[in-house]
Amino acid sequence: MKLSTLRNVVLLGIGSVLLAACDHNDNKRNTPEPEPVTRTYYLGLLNVTESQPFSPVTALIHNDQRLWEVGESASVPLEILAEGGDNSELMILDGVTMAETGLAPLPPGYSEGFEFTIDEDDVAYLTVVTMLVNTNDAFTGITNKSLAELAVHDSITMMLPVYDAGTEANDEVAGTIPGPADGGEGFNAERDDADTVSYHPGVVSSQDGLPESVLMAEHRFDNPVARLIITRVE
Amino acid sequence: MKRSNLFRLMLAAGLAGAAVQAHAVDVELEIQNLTRGIYFTPILVAAHPFDQQLFRVGDPATTELQSMAEGGDISGLETAAMAYNANIISNPAAGLLAPTMSTSATFSTSESNEYLSIVAMMLPTNDGFIGLDTWEIPKEAGTYTVYLNAYDAGTEANDEIRGGGSPGTPGMPVPPPLEDMIGTGGSGVTSTINNAMVHVHPGNLGDADMMAGQSDIQNTVQRWLNPVAKVTITVTE
Repeated sequence: MKLSTLRNVVLLGIGSVLLAACDHNDNKRNTPEPEPVTRTYYLGLLNVTESQPFSPVTALIHNDQRLWEVGESASVPLEILAEGGDNSELMILDGVTMAETGLAPLPPGYSEGFEFTIDEDDVAYLTVVTMLVNTNDAFTGITNKSLAELAVHDSITMMLPVYDAGTEANDEVAGTIPGPADGGEGFNAERDDADTVSYHPGVVSSQDGLPESVLMAEHRFDNPVARLIITRVE
Repeated sequence: MKRSNLFRLMLAAGLAGAAVQAHAVDVELEIQNLTRGIYFTPILVAAHPFDQQLFRVGDPATTELQSMAEGGDISGLETAAMAYNANIISNPAAGLLAPTMSTSATFSTSESNEYLSIVAMMLPTNDGFIGLDTWEIPKEAGTYTVYLNAYDAGTEANDEIRGGGSPGTPGMPVPPPLEDMIGTGGSGVTSTINNAMVHVHPGNLGDADMMAGQSDIQNTVQRWLNPVAKVTITVTE
C-alpha cells in the first residue's frame, strides 16, 4: 500500500482517546488501572473507476446488522446516500458506535484512509459505503464485515462491486444525477424503480444509444469499482 | 495518530508479512482468454518480491507498463524485472492469444520471489490490459484458480480508432491478424483521460458501423465484462 496516495487520514473514536487521557490524570495518585486491550485497524478505499467520483466515503462500526441486502428494499438512509451522496442519516443509524466520513468527494484514482481503535471485547462490524455520483442511484461498499478474525498485521483486500439501490429509475436524464456530469437533483423521496437492491446493470450513456442521457462513454464502468484494504495494525 | 506514526506501523506490518519463511517452488500456469472477441498480445508472467511489481492498481503506469498497454511491447517490463531478479515467463503463447484459447508454461520461483504478476495488452483497445497484481504465491502445494480483470493504464484516451502502438501515439495498433476485424473511419469516442492511474477499464463502447461512426470497434463482438482471463496455478515443492 502506498501511503503517499492517501488524501487524508481520519481518526475514528477520538472521543475515547480523550476519555482515556482524563482517566489517566484522575488515577495519578492510585495504582494505575491496567491498560485496556485494544485493536487498531486501518482502512484504505481506492476509486478504480474511469470517471465516477465517489461521494464522501462513509465508514461505520456497528452491531450485527446488514445495511443493505440484494433482493430487499433499500432503507431511507441508504436511499439518501445512493441518490444524493448524503451520508448524514446513515451515520446516526441505531446500532452505529463509530462513524466517520471523508472530507470531500473521492475522485477516480484517489484513496481515502481511515484508522480506528476499538476495545478487544467490543463486537465490531464494519460497513464502508459511497455513491458513484455520476449515476442515478448506484453505490459501492461492503456491509456487516466482522473484524474479529483479523490477527495483528493481517490484511485483507477486497474488490467491490456496484449496487443499484433500486429507488430511482436509471434514466440518466438531465437534472437527476448529482455528480459533475449533470449537477442535478440528489435525494427524492419518490421511489420509481424496482424498490429492490440489486447489482447494477451499468450505465448506458448517450454515446451508446440512450438519447436523453447526460452521461458519456467515459462514465460507463465495469465491476469492480473500488479496492478496499483492511489492515489490523495493533 | 500522526501520519508518520501510521507509516511506521504499516511498514512494520509489511515487514512482518515478508518475514514468513520463504522457499522456492515450482509453478505451472495455464492462462485462458475468456472473452468473446478480444485478443491478448504477448503475455508476461513474473514472480517477484512484494515491493517490485509489474504494476500496481492505483499507481501511475511506468513507461515500461505504458509500452505494454498501448502497444503490446513487453521488452521494457522484462528488462526491468530481470534487473530485480524476478523469475519470468515471456510470451508463452508465442504471439496473440485468441478468444477462448489457452496457453501454459512452467517455471521455478526463487526464495525471494513470493508474488506473482501477469500482464498482456488487450486488442482492440487503446491501453487496456489483463492484469494480476502482486498475488501471493501459496506456500502449500495445490492447484489454485484466479480470475483476472481488465485494467486501463490511464496513459491514453480511449478513442477506439486506428492509430499506433508506440507510447504517446494516439489510437489503437492493428496488427495484421486483426486487420479485417476492426473498422475504419471512426470519429473517436473520447479525447480525455479522467483517471491517470492504473484502474479498472470502463469497457469498449464500439459501434455498429465498420466504415464510420464514433468507434472502429464492433460493439456486438469486441466488448467484454470482467473477468477476462482465467489463470490456473499449480504449485509443487
